Amino acid sequence: MSGFLPYAVAAWLFAAGIYGMATSRDLIHLVVCLTVAQSATYVLLLGVGYLHGAAAPIFADIGPNTRVVDPVVQALTLTDVVVEAVVVSLLLALAMQAHKRFGTLDPDDLRAMSS
Amino acid sequence: MNTLVPLTVAVPLIAATVLAASAPFASRRFADGVSLAAAGSVCAMSGLLLAHGGDLVYWFGGWHPRHGLALGIAFTVAPLGAGLATFASAMVVIALLFSQRSLAEINNVFHALLLVFLAAMVGFSLSGDIFNMFVFFELMSVAAYALTGYRIDQRAPLEGTLNFAITNSIGALLVLTGISLLYGRTGALNLAQIGQALGTRPADALVVISLTLLVAGFFVKAAVVPFHFWLPDAYSVAPTPVCVVLSAVMSELGLYAVARIWWACFAGVLGGDRGAVEAILVGAGTVTALGPAVLCFAQTHLKRMLAYATVSYIGLFLIGFALLTPDGLAGTAIYLVADGCVKAALFVGVGILQHRLWSADELRLRGKGRAMPYTAALFVVGALALASLPPFGTFLGKSMIEDAAVKAGYGWVIAVFILASALTGGAVLRAAGRVFLGLGGAGEPEPSFEIDREESDEPETDDPRDRTPAMLFVPAAVLLAASLALGLVPGLDHAAQRAAAAFVDSAGYAATVLHGAASHTPQVAGPPPPTALDYLYALLSVLGAFTLAAVALLRPVRVFAPAVMRLRMLHSGRVGDYVAWLTLGVVAFGGLFAVTLL
Repeated sequence: MSGFLPYAVAAWLFAAGIYGMATSRDLIHLVVCLTVAQSATYVLLLGVGYLHGAAAPIFADIGPNTRVVDPVVQALTLTDVVVEAVVVSLLLALAMQAHKRFGTLDPDDLRAMSS
Repeated sequence: MNTLVPLTVAVPLIAATVLAASAPFASRRFADGVSLAAAGSVCAMSGLLLAHGGDLVYWFGGWHPRHGLALGIAFTVAPLGAGLATFASAMVVIALLFSQRSLAEINNVFHALLLVFLAAMVGFSLSGDIFNMFVFFELMSVAAYALTGYRIDQRAPLEGTLNFAITNSIGALLVLTGISLLYGRTGALNLAQIGQALGTRPADALVVISLTLLVAGFFVKAAVVPFHFWLPDAYSVAPTPVCVVLSAVMSELGLYAVARIWWACFAGVLGGDRGAVEAILVGAGTVTALGPAVLCFAQTHLKRMLAYATVSYIGLFLIGFALLTPDGLAGTAIYLVADGCVKAALFVGVGILQHRLWSADELRLRGKGRAMPYTAALFVVGALALASLPPFGTFLGKSMIEDAAVKAGYGWVIAVFILASALTGGAVLRAAGRVFLGLGGAGEPEPSFEIDREESDEPETDDPRDRTPAMLFVPAAVLLAASLALGLVPGLDHAAQRAAAAFVDSAGYAATVLHGAASHTPQVAGPPPPTALDYLYALLSVLGAFTLAAVALLRPVRVFAPAVMRLRMLHSGRVGDYVAWLTLGVVAFGGLFAVTLL
């Protein structure tokens, strides 16, 4: 059961984030929903590399044959966090521009184009 | 030769850093020089790698695989990837030349962003590691968002960039989720190693889910229906030089990624069910080719028209790849480059119109281009090349795909190719007739689509003149000449077939990457020259384009207007709707894959 739990959490976070984005009426809320969906990937990655009862992968004070959790997924998660920080800061900068120049954060009020 | 491989990414990144750091005090001329030198050298290096032929494998930090187990990160340079890298850098060179005259008010950060974008595209084409591909994918996206939203002080670019950034970020999330699942199953990130590990047991739900997520994620970038909504919004508001690169290369890279992961990772485990995958992808390609082609024809804003044409051609390329044969892939490669050159030339042509006449709207420009015969010629030749007039490269690529489709039992897609190329070519011809000859009615601008048009059409330059600068006209002419040359170079079709045969050889790829086996280029018989039937199909496209343009200009038919309007209404410009469509697309692809593959 506990092995299944991280995947369920990841799926839930992903669905919640996507739902939030599809229905959002506020750009800041929209960006935060994106980070919610993104956190699903952190949970999933860490869940994939988790080994029950294993140590952290720091071979300073443990023997070379100790079971450790997978360090690769942790590196991937860190990379993912950095990538997301870039995307989110860019999106927030866009949201700030929208607020500053057009006085709105509602994506519907921004609509300049259709079709 | 091997040392060139990392330099193709390192050189533009270093140049971008220098430009960004020196932006506050360096001159525009310095930025133009440095960025052109960097992009030009990437083009030359990728060209050398392409000329080298077979697979080159470069392990970063010297982490070679041991006993067939890859621990390090590799760039695997195959001819198709090197060709895409060369094409991308050539387009960036064109965009840089073009921006010198068409974008007056930019600072040097623009050049830095364009170089980062180039580095990411090249890295994406060459990488042999799936997580590495994700990182380059994101880098490419972020640079593209910033470039699209460069003129952020206006409403339309802001909205277009937001739609672009939100949908593509979700696409990246799908890709990353797919990668996590694959890693959980195989413990590998190297494409070849994933393929080998997956092949050891039959396909199950996890394989199908990760295939769905990866395909859907990359299809968001490629703008396959129903993931395509962001593209017209973004491409119609991006600065025109940026459109050249976006339209000619970036979307196509999404398809390249799907081709790459299919043959490196999934072809082994799902090879038995490839018929189902073929059918699903050909279906998706058909919808993507036809729907947006109709919308392209219905557009009067030239950049938006070309954006829809881009989506339509993505559909055609998808059909070519979806045949899952080397012949189809070879045709797609030639078609992609030839068509990319034509679209880039047409975007430059729109840039010329904006430069001279301050607008990119067909109705507003009606008859104003009478004194511009050369630009008119540019548009007409471009339209005919879109409609695959022989001997343009578009004709060669299209007829190769059509031959491959007939062999694979999908002969009916020829009708899709003729319809889509006639509609897109016809749209450009009609625009040319109206702008340069003053034909057709002025048309009543539809009020619901005219909101804020003025804002988005502001000229990107502040020195309109009575003549077209050579820096604008020459790149466009060179691009059209390149597209023509692709159809005339002898042996190009054969070389593309050899490259495609090597690309689909999953076992050979794995042996080269994991065991250091010498790469061998499979021998393939050269393709037959185009037959009379191929010329007939091309004739039909060209005649269709002329007929459609003539009918639209001289005797507009209003029968289809309500249906087209309904189709246009789907493209609401509302990011929430796009997210909903995207979700629906993932579910649809997942459902179809699950039903057919499990």
